[in-house]
Amino acid sequence: MKNLDKKQIKNYIAGFAFSIVLTIIPYYLVTGDKLAGNKLIFALLGYAVLQLFVQLYYFLHLGEESRPRWNLMTFSFMITAILIIVLGSLWIMNNINYNTTKNPNQTENFIIHDEGFKNR
Amino acid sequence: MSKAHNSDSSIDKPLFGFWVYLMTDLMLFSALFASFIVLRNNTFGGPGGKEIFDMPYVLVQTAALLVSSFTAGLGILSARAGNKKLVYRFFTITFALGLLFIGMEISEFDKLVSEGNSWRESGFLSAFFTLVGTHGLHITSGLLWMAILIWRTSKEGLTKTNVKRLTLMSYFWHFLDIVWIFIFTIVYLFGAAGL
Repeated sequence: MKNLDKKQIKNYIAGFAFSIVLTIIPYYLVTGDKLAGNKLIFALLGYAVLQLFVQLYYFLHLGEESRPRWNLMTFSFMITAILIIVLGSLWIMNNINYNTTKNPNQTENFIIHDEGFKNR
Repeated sequence: MSKAHNSDSSIDKPLFGFWVYLMTDLMLFSALFASFIVLRNNTFGGPGGKEIFDMPYVLVQTAALLVSSFTAGLGILSARAGNKKLVYRFFTITFALGLLFIGMEISEFDKLVSEGNSWRESGFLSAFFTLVGTHGLHITSGLLWMAILIWRTSKEGLTKTNVKRLTLMSYFWHFLDIVWIFIFTIVYLFGAAGL
């Protein structure tokens, strides 16, 4: 019975520890009402992206492969495509929401009630 | 067995092929994320995320998935070291945690529907159920795959092919954990903060 690879175990433990910290911090930012508005949005997205890289590196071993790094290349391409899809949809759909209601009153009503801009 | 893993000179074709599948799966999720973000405030007068999300509950789900991702990684290391006993132990823990996760999700969905917040009520709820439900379906198929592999390993032992299969399955599992981080952040944390 051979022993497990010690260095790899350390890597998994490090990735796991980082992931827990990067989950707990944003959770407390939200439940403890520590931040609000844009600051909170950027903080939450920042922690999520940080955890994405931690898990990609420690769990999925991205960046450890030998050249040519096909996994990294397909991943980079996919991230580009995803950013275009998600940011593009948000940009277009937000504009459509503002510009396709019937008259100014209805638009205002729509923004306040259906979009929930006043309270949410 | 260790010889096969020491020669890293050639490209690992099955792993690369599986990786490409994971990336296309990511594309599917990105479309669902985009529609969820667009529809997140379209509650049609019904409740929003702030009212219906139970954050401590979701944190437990997240922890379960995170720990299962970790034990899946340890399971793969055991498989590479040829330690069958540890492979069983780690993948059984992974399986149990995955089962706990999906059980909690089903019970959350059941609670929402029974309280009158089904996917038919608003754009927000439709997008919520589609996104989280698709992830849940992936978890379910991952659990099925894991169960089959544990069974095969018990029958055939830790052959080279089975170690390969377990590796791909653990990649799938880690991938689902990463998708869940974004569901946790964008659906639940943003929802609870009312963003």
